Amino acid sequence: MAITTVPETPRKPGRPPSPYSARPQRTSLGRKVRDNLTGHAFLIGAVICFVVFSWYPMIRGIVMSFQRTRRGETTWVGWDNYSRIIADPSFWTAWQNTFYFTVLALVLGYVVPFFVAVLLNEFRHGKGYLRILVYLPVMLPPASALFLFKFYAYDPSEAGLFNAILKALHLPTSQWMQSPEMTMPAMVVASTWMNMGGAVLIYLASLQNIPGELYEAAELDGAGIWRRIRHVTIPQTRLILALLAMLQIVATMQLFIEPLILANGAGAEDSATSVAYLIYQHGFFQNDLNGAAALGVIMLVVLAGFSAVYVRLTAKQD
Amino acid sequence: MAQDSGTRTLISQTQISRGRGRVIYWTLLVVVVAAFTLVFLGPLYWMVTGALKSGQEIAQTPPSLFPKDPQPQNYIDAWNNLDLAKLLFNTFYYAIGAVLFQLVLDTAAAYSLSKLRPIFGNVILALMLGTLMIPAMVLIVPQYVTVIDLPILHINLLDSPFAIWLPLVANAFNIFLLKRFFDSIPEELMAAALMDGASSLRTLWSIILPLSRPILGVVSIFAVTAVWKDFLWPKLVMPSPETRTVSVGIYAFAGGTPMNVVIAASVIAAIPTVIIFLIFQRNIMSGLTTGSIKG
Repeated sequence: MAITTVPETPRKPGRPPSPYSARPQRTSLGRKVRDNLTGHAFLIGAVICFVVFSWYPMIRGIVMSFQRTRRGETTWVGWDNYSRIIADPSFWTAWQNTFYFTVLALVLGYVVPFFVAVLLNEFRHGKGYLRILVYLPVMLPPASALFLFKFYAYDPSEAGLFNAILKALHLPTSQWMQSPEMTMPAMVVASTWMNMGGAVLIYLASLQNIPGELYEAAELDGAGIWRRIRHVTIPQTRLILALLAMLQIVATMQLFIEPLILANGAGAEDSATSVAYLIYQHGFFQNDLNGAAALGVIMLVVLAGFSAVYVRLTAKQD
Repeated sequence: MAQDSGTRTLISQTQISRGRGRVIYWTLLVVVVAAFTLVFLGPLYWMVTGALKSGQEIAQTPPSLFPKDPQPQNYIDAWNNLDLAKLLFNTFYYAIGAVLFQLVLDTAAAYSLSKLRPIFGNVILALMLGTLMIPAMVLIVPQYVTVIDLPILHINLLDSPFAIWLPLVANAFNIFLLKRFFDSIPEELMAAALMDGASSLRTLWSIILPLSRPILGVVSIFAVTAVWKDFLWPKLVMPSPETRTVSVGIYAFAGGTPMNVVIAASVIAAIPTVIIFLIFQRNIMSGLTTGSIKG
């Protein structure tokens, strides 16, 4: 969730043109060509990297998903890769698990950071310290943080941190990653702990932009804290809330390192297998890069579907 | 982002500063500070001290809060058995290279898109920003296939640092951040430089870059942490043990290594990014929120 942008604000109409393009009319054609060439010379390095490592692979992924390479020979196979991938017994399990994770992560990883930010925004003291604390786990390499959870927190014996706490509270202990029911919630907790800092900081920044008069007016109208949150805070941060929801769905649909490290991949009774893990399995263990590419395309289509719904929902609100 | 006591928030200052409100505020503050310390710092404490415990102590119930008989040997074993010096050096090397490539190529591109505005510049920018919508997992297979046999050149980049450096240049978020910053630099400065007959490169070097130090810092920090935190891509393109990054190396050893040692190695792997964060936290936080929210 490190990447967060909103669409660029539209260009102001009064924006002065570039000093290069605003050259007097008498600029010669040669001069114009040279200016454009200079501009493209500065762009070329980054553009080559985009072409080779981003735009071309995008097209190639789609092409690959309709091909099959065997012993160095590539042939067109139509929808074969898709039918083979869908016939994989783990296919539906992986989608189920991934959706389950996405929903759980929305409940926990999306709602919690918002209320944490609302709470922190009210504090007049210690805000800097709390902000550093929340963001600290984001800076850990995910592998390090997940080994901590795997070995110390989710240890299924009573020597594990969570079980020790549960036992001290006289609550039943859990098998954590060894229990199919607990696998997903346990992964969501670890993932939220690692990633929520970014969302909290972004919410905090947008909360600071809410005009104070709105709260004052709401208070004069006799609105309590909850109604002020509902009628002022949430509508005022609506755009950023919607944007982060979308980004979070995109991020959680790519669930990979959590199952790989916490659950050694598939987990108890396949309870951790995710779509991304299946891509990895097919591509790099079963020597089926074409099948993996097909699964990648399916994932892209599903996410594009989410985006379409998102665009419709946000467009309606405006 | 500074603490702004003048701004009215959800609850008014007057409500907090007297009577019952005051008591509630301070109680809540203390509870939250304690809870956050426990939740976010607690696990790190557990990690650092847990790696000091002996195998027996780790398995004991209930777990001990302080290591009874600290075993710094675990850290030494981690350092030696996993060859952490080599792994850390590799990661550091990839991170520095990533910073240089991104600073040079992305800055040049953002400068061109913001100030030189060549023909089709907007189309290129739109195509770049479009990549933000494409999940990394979707591209992983075709990217891997591209890296093992580069188009036209037919070079295999496996185990070459370029396999990490070059794909990171294709980072639309950086170009967006840089371009937005350059957009805010007044056109008059450019025009003045032009009058003096300075070339585009000269203008970038002596006028734009000195003004852009904050954003260049942010981009560099993000580049370093991205390399340090990445896992799947370096795992795929750096297959031999000599070229692994630290996260991948620890993962590769985790199976056959006592868990205290794995945790000790994880602690060591996390130290550089934590230090970077503590030093540059202001820049990181402003970088995260610039360009993200407006009004």
